[in-house]
Amino acid sequence: MVKVLATEATARLLAVTARLLSGASVRWIGCEPDACQRIYFANHTSHLDALVVWSALPARVRAVTRPVAAKDYWDKGWFRRFMATNVFDALLIDREKIKVHNSPVDMLLRAIGETHSLIVFPEGHRNTGPEVGEFKSGLYHLAKKRPELELIPVHIDNVNRVLPRGEFLPVPLLSCISFGPPMWLEANESKPQFLQRAREAVRSLKEQ
Amino acid sequence: MTNVNVATLWLVGGVMAVLAVATGIGQVLNLRIDTGLNPAVVAAFNLRLRAWWLMCSLLAVTFLVHEIATVVLFGLISFWALREFITLTPTRTADHRTLFWVFFLFTPLQYILVGMGDKQYGLYSVLIPVYAFLFVPARVAIAGDYKRFLERTAKIQAGLMICVYCLSHAPALLSLRIADYSDKMNGNAALLFFFVLVVQMGDVMQYAWERLAGKHVVAPAISPNKTWEGFLGGVLSATLLGTLLWKATPFEPWQAALMSLLIAVMGFAGGLTMSAIKRDRGVRDYGTLVTGHGGVLDRLDSICFAAPVFFHVTRYFFQSV
Repeated sequence: MVKVLATEATARLLAVTARLLSGASVRWIGCEPDACQRIYFANHTSHLDALVVWSALPARVRAVTRPVAAKDYWDKGWFRRFMATNVFDALLIDREKIKVHNSPVDMLLRAIGETHSLIVFPEGHRNTGPEVGEFKSGLYHLAKKRPELELIPVHIDNVNRVLPRGEFLPVPLLSCISFGPPMWLEANESKPQFLQRAREAVRSLKEQ
Repeated sequence: MTNVNVATLWLVGGVMAVLAVATGIGQVLNLRIDTGLNPAVVAAFNLRLRAWWLMCSLLAVTFLVHEIATVVLFGLISFWALREFITLTPTRTADHRTLFWVFFLFTPLQYILVGMGDKQYGLYSVLIPVYAFLFVPARVAIAGDYKRFLERTAKIQAGLMICVYCLSHAPALLSLRIADYSDKMNGNAALLFFFVLVVQMGDVMQYAWERLAGKHVVAPAISPNKTWEGFLGGVLSATLLGTLLWKATPFEPWQAALMSLLIAVMGFAGGLTMSAIKRDRGVRDYGTLVTGHGGVLDRLDSICFAAPVFFHVTRYFFQSV
C-alpha cells in the first residue's frame, strides 16, 4: 500500500516536473483523452519524448499507458532504471536485437493485454532533422495483429531543443504536444501505404 | 503589511475599482450583439482586462507580503518571458549549454542581486551587459559551431537584455532610497505601481486612439496598426494620468509629467521593437507561437523598455546619498 502510494506520488511529481520543464501545451485535435485501449505513435526527437507524451495525458489515462523506450538508454544507471520500471512503467526494447524471429511486437502485445495503451516511436531512433523520418514497420504489425485498437498520431514540437541529443541538462523552452484523430489499418492497405499515411498524420499535426 | 501605506492601498484599490467598471462594460458588450462594435475588438478588450486583473492582483498580493515577494514575482515573469523569447529564436544544438547557464545562472543571479537591494547596484547593473554578454559568445565559441555565430550570440544576448536585465529594473525601484518619500510611504511600492500603471495606460490609450483616429502608420512593414495618432494619443493620455497621480510619487507635478512622458515614449518604442522581432520570426503574438500559452512577452514589451530608463532617471536625480 505504502509502495503504491509512493509510486503514485512519484509519478505525479514526475509528470508535473516534465510538464513544467518542457513548458508543454497539450492540444487534442479531433480526439479526446480516453482510457480506452490505444496506441499513441509520435515523432522522436529527444530522450524526453516518452516522458513528455506520457505526462501530457490526464492522470487516469496515464495510469493505463505504457511508453515503449530504448533499453540502451533507460536501463543505464539506477535512476533511469527506477524511473522506467517503477514510475512510468515503460516497456524497454533492446534495439540491437530486433530481428524477424525476435520481434518486439508480440512482446508488446502480450504486455498490454486487454487494458493498457502504448506510446511508440515508429521512427525507431531520434531524428535530428526538422522532418519526420520514415516509419519502421512495427506500427503496421501492431495494427495488423490488433486491428480494433485506436491508433492516435502525436506530434511533438520543440522538445528536441529542451534536451538535444547527447546533452543531459535540459533547457526549459516551450514545447507543444498535439494529439490527432484516431486512425486504423484499412482493409487491403499495403504496408508502405499504411506507414506513409501514419507518417503523414503525424506531420499534418504540425501545421494545425 | 510590511511595505505599503494607506496611500498605496488607495492607489491599488482605485485601479481595481476602475478595472471592475471596465470588466462590467466588457461583459455588457460581450452579451449585446447590436452595439455595432467588432466582436473581435470586444474579445481582445476582455482578454486584456483579464491580463490586467492578473497583473494587478499579483502585484497587490506581493506588496502585502514583502518586497522580496515582488522581486520573486518579477523573476518568475522574466524566466517565462525568456522562455518565450528563446523558443522563438532559432538557436543551434551547440548553444544548448550556453542557454543552460543563461536560464539557471544569470537569470536567477540578476534577481538575487536586485533582491539584495541598492547596495548591489554596482553589480546588478553590469552583471548582464558585461559578464553575461562576454560569457555568451565565449561559451558558444567553445562549443565549436561557427555557423551564423554573431547572429546566434546576439539573439541570446537580446533575450537576456530585454527579458531579464530590463525587466529586473522594475522591482529594483523598491530598493531606491528617496528622501521625503521612501520613509513616509513605507517603501516604494506606490512608485512601482505608478510606473506599471502609466505604461499600461500608454498601451491601452494608444490602442484606443489608433481605433478612433489612426491614419498615418509609423512603420507599415512592421506593424500596420501602430500609427502616429495612436502614439501621440497614448503618450499624452499616459502623461496626463501620470501627472494626476503625482501625489503617489516623489515628484513635483511637472516632474511627474516629464517622467510619465518618458515612460510612455519608451513603452511605445518597446512595443514597436518587439513587433519587429515578431515580424522577422513570422509570428503575430508570442502567445500563438506555442498554442495555449498566454504570451507573457506580448503584454510586457512596453514595461521591459520603460523600466530601466525610468529606474535610472529616478535613481540619478532622486536617490538620496
